[in-house]
Order: sequence, then C-alpha cells, then structure tokens
Amino acid sequence: MAQRQEKNIARIGVYAFLAIMAAFFLMPLYVMVATSLKTMDEVRGSSIFAFPLRPTLEAWKTAWSSACTGLTCSGVSVGFFNSLKIMIPSTFLSILLGAVTGYALSFWRPKGAGIIFAVLVVAAFIPYQVFIYPLVRVLSQVGLYNSLAGIIMVHVIFGLPVMVLMFRNYYAGLPRDLFSAARVDGGGFWDIFFRLMLPLSPPILIVAVILQSTHIWNDFLFGLVFAGSDNRPMTVLLNNIVNTTQGEKAYNVDMAATILTALVPLVIYLASGRWFVRGIAAGAVKG
Amino acid sequence: MTAVSIQDLEIQFGAVKVLQNLNLDIASGEFIVLLGSSGCGKSTLLNSVAGLIDVHGGKIMIGNKDMTHAEPKDRGIGMVFQSYALYPQTTVEGNLTFGLRMAKLPKNEIERRVAKVSDMLQIKPYLKRRPSALSGGQRQRVAIGRALVRDADVYLFDEPLSNLDAKLRAELRVELKTLHEDIGKTMIYVTHDQVEAMTLATRIAVMQNGVIQQLASPEEIYNRPANLFVADFIGSPAMNFLSGTIVPQGERVEFKLKDGHALDVSPYPFARRPAAPMEAILGIRPEHLAISPREGLLPLDMVVNVIETMGADAVIWGTCGSQKISVRVNSELKLNPARGSTLKLGFSLGSASLFSQADGVRL
Repeated sequence: MAQRQEKNIARIGVYAFLAIMAAFFLMPLYVMVATSLKTMDEVRGSSIFAFPLRPTLEAWKTAWSSACTGLTCSGVSVGFFNSLKIMIPSTFLSILLGAVTGYALSFWRPKGAGIIFAVLVVAAFIPYQVFIYPLVRVLSQVGLYNSLAGIIMVHVIFGLPVMVLMFRNYYAGLPRDLFSAARVDGGGFWDIFFRLMLPLSPPILIVAVILQSTHIWNDFLFGLVFAGSDNRPMTVLLNNIVNTTQGEKAYNVDMAATILTALVPLVIYLASGRWFVRGIAAGAVKG
Repeated sequence: MTAVSIQDLEIQFGAVKVLQNLNLDIASGEFIVLLGSSGCGKSTLLNSVAGLIDVHGGKIMIGNKDMTHAEPKDRGIGMVFQSYALYPQTTVEGNLTFGLRMAKLPKNEIERRVAKVSDMLQIKPYLKRRPSALSGGQRQRVAIGRALVRDADVYLFDEPLSNLDAKLRAELRVELKTLHEDIGKTMIYVTHDQVEAMTLATRIAVMQNGVIQQLASPEEIYNRPANLFVADFIGSPAMNFLSGTIVPQGERVEFKLKDGHALDVSPYPFARRPAAPMEAILGIRPEHLAISPREGLLPLDMVVNVIETMGADAVIWGTCGSQKISVRVNSELKLNPARGSTLKLGFSLGSASLFSQADGVRL
C-alpha cells in the first residue's frame, strides 16, 4: 500500500511539473492571441494576461490588409504572397538538387566525391553573414540582385549543403545491391533516380520539405538583403509594421501580424509532426 | 564457343590489388562456380564481369565482344544478388518488367516474357504482391525471374542462397540445377558453400587471395586437388594431412611418416617423381580410410580419441603417430571403439594425394 501511494505521489509530481512547463511555453502564445483580440483601449486598460472582454477581429483585419509598413499601408498580405512565391520554388529546387546530388555522391561516386562531400559539410557550418557582401556583388554583376530569381537562388544555394547531407545519408542507408540491380536492368543516371530512388524517398522528402519550407518562410536576413522592395517576404514586412510607429504603438495589430506570419510554419509542424519525428529518427538510425 | 573470356584481369581498391593477371575462359552453356572464403576476390571477379566495378587492366570478353568498359546493361547479362535487391516500391510484376520497360520493349513482348518466366519459377500467384509480402525463398525466386526475363546470354549469381535457411537452400539448389539444364545458358555463380559448388558446377574455380588455385570439374577437385589449399578447403570433415618424408630408393619410393612408419608409395602417379629425399604431406580423405584393411591397401594405425555421430555417418577422431587423423564410417557398422584403443586402417594409393611440403603443390 505504502509503496503504491509513494508511486502516486511521484506521478502527481511529474504531471505537475509537466503542466507547469507546458503553461510556461504556452504563455507567450496566450498573451499574443489575447492581445490581438483586444481593442487598444482594452490593451491599455488591463493586464496583458487578462482575457479579452469583447473579443474583436479588428486588429487582425488591420494587420492583414491595412497596417502601415513604412510608406505603404497594405498590411502583411503582400508579404504573405511574396513569401509563398519565394518559398515554393526555393523549397522545390533545393530539395531536387539536394536529392540528385546526394544520390550521385552515394551511388555513382564520381572522382573526388569525398572531397565534394567534405566541402559541403564544412560549408553547412559557415555563418551566412560571411557570404552576404560577396554574394550581393556577384548577384548585382549578373543582374539578379533585388529580384525574385535572385532570392530564390540564394535560398537554393544555402539550403544545398544540408539537403545534400540528408539525402546522401539516406541513400547511403539503402542497399547498394538495389542500385547494382537497376544498372544491370538497364537504368541510366536519371532512370534510376526517377524510377527507383525517388519512389523510395518519401520519408526523407517529407523531412526535407518541412525543414526547407519552414526555414525559408522564417528567413529574415536574406529576404531583407536580396529580395528587393517588390518581393519582400512576410517576415520583413512584419518587422516594418512592428518597428514603424506613428503615434500610438498598436500592440494588438503587432500581435495579430506576428501570429499571421508564424501561422504557416505552425500549420506545417502541426500537420506533419508525426512524419517529421519518424523521418528524423529514420535518418538518425541510417545516417 | 567461349561465352566469357577474362584475360590478365587486374583490379585494385586503392593501393590493394585484389585481382592480378587473372585468366578464365568459360565455354557457352557452362555452370562455373567461383568458390572461396570471404575476401578471396570471387565477388570482385563477378562484379567486374557484370560491369559494376572498374577494371584497371586486362580484358573481359563476353560473347566474343570486348566488354571491359561497357555499361552493365549492354553486356547481355542478368544478375541475382545475395540480398535479392528487389525494388521495394513496386510489385513482383513491376520488378520483373522494370528493365524491360526501361528498354522500351513492346507491351505484348513484355507480357509474353513475364508469363514464361513466372510459369517457369511458379511465381504467378504473387505477381501483384509487393516484395515485402513474400518469404525469403519467394523473393529469391522473383530475383531469379527478374534476371531471366532479360533473356541474357550469361547469368551471374552472387551468393544467391546464402540468406536462406538450410532446407530452402537445398530446394532452390535443385531448382537452379534444373533451370540450368532447361535453358542451357552460361552461368557464373559465386559461393563460399562447397556443397553448392560441388552439386551445381560443371567446373569449379577455387580462389584464394585473388588467385584461382584450381579450375576443374567437381570430381577432379575432390579427387585430385591441385594443392594443399584446395585439398583442405573441399570436403567435410577436412582431408587428413600426414607429414613425412619421401625417400626414393631406385625403383621403389617410400613415404616415411614422422614416427618412422614407412609406406610403399611406388605406384603413386607422380606428376614429377622426386629424385632426392624430400619433405612431403600425405593427404587422405576421411571417407577413403577403410576400417577393415584388405589385401593391397596401405596400412595405418590409429589411436581412437572421440566419435561423432552424424546420422548416416560417424566420424572417428584420433591420432596416427603424433598426428591428428579422422575416419568417416557408415553408422550402420555400429562401431564403438573404446577411447585409447587402436584401430587398423587401410587406404588405396589411388584415392590419396601427395603434396610438397615446401610449396604445397601436388606431386
């Protein structure tokens, strides 16, 4: 009896601890949601933890379509579509290139494959800031600076090391005999890639899509430097909204705009969490 | 007609030369088994014939065409792997047709070949299943089928039965032999299993350290091993080796065992008759030692140590002089000699082998 009681007490302690931790991490989200549903009068008049008395979506509308980002006042909606335009092709291209390169490195092993791979791994750990100025010069030389193509290219280039690393390790975990069999069966480089390897890649593809899309969506620095004024991603516009103050600071609008910007990665994580963990685990075991 | 001809082949991994100056001619319709323990270069040799690894020197001719650097698909080969290597994302049918679809064969031709092969290998019932839903034996059948639909001239097998349990292995072994007799195509088969080699091969190439030690029919390899390595590698339990000295005395040649016991080996068919006394090793298979010596057999004495019963046979282990020796006897004799007792054995020179002690080569 005593033992069982002790066990129960221990269990209560564990759950209490977990509940407190969860509350701790959910607190900022609660504050943001609550504040975004209040009017400015209410924000001023109550504690930040207070529940909104008359919830309104007014701040959300403003954030989406009419908040001012510097001189223009059209909210984060423009940024949302810009971010989509940047994210979709960048994610697709970086994954495709990473998969092909990883496949070539692990199965075809061209001369110097080891060196190429080593360089890629090292490159994955160099801070981005080092590359920015030279890259600006290069892109403006070839006329891609401040253009959609330019920012996409930057994302593809910087996404490549990690993508190659992931795909190479994944393919290294597949039996080599499979590749040999396909070669005897008459497959060339692209045949084997598209007909055999790609159909075997969904676990790692899912992880790659999640990593790249959230990473590119959340990017601020590259968007600010390379995208140009026509293609500013949502993160850059959000920053402009929050940091440009004319008169009173609209906390409710800032909160709504922030949640709107974070919504896409949030949805991706929630929808794919199960796959994500599974893919990471698979990669870890096979890598 | 030669189906495959390998000339002065040289292959290295980094600085390690795995194969050097290797020559092998395989006639059309032969079943060649490359036999050796792991690391002897047998799989490397097979992969080089398949075109899956780079060749650093020499030539590989397949069907009288130089294929040394040709792509695997252009060599007219089909291959079966130890791990089956079935494409997991598609069905059995998808596996069989994978290569044919890539080669853009007409649809009715693909159907005809799949029907023929799936009939031959009895895999028709699971054509629509995925490889993961098949047992090991079924998977290997599909893998063999995938090689067969290619309608190649030469089939390569890389330890195809090693992943199967003993019973299935024996079944598929018989099926492979039947298959070879039915289609009559050239086959090159890599294994470390001497039973597979002995049962399947028309000729066996025993390999060690990247060198073919002996290339001959199973009977020849078993009865007249070319050197000590082959003699020791083939046969279970292994051949008995008794060291001693060969002493030529005019017409007569004597083999003096270490304990002084002398045997008259004059009738032995020497390849090169020793002129002076030399150190040698006498090899006798355990099954060639007779337990009740008749007239005309050379006598040996054995002190019994232990008996192993193996169903049909029993193996008696003991010593001859100071050297280990084993005898294989029929279980039905119900022999049960006491430990330490002495057995009188006899053997015929015709079934014995003599090797030079210095280089291990058959005399």
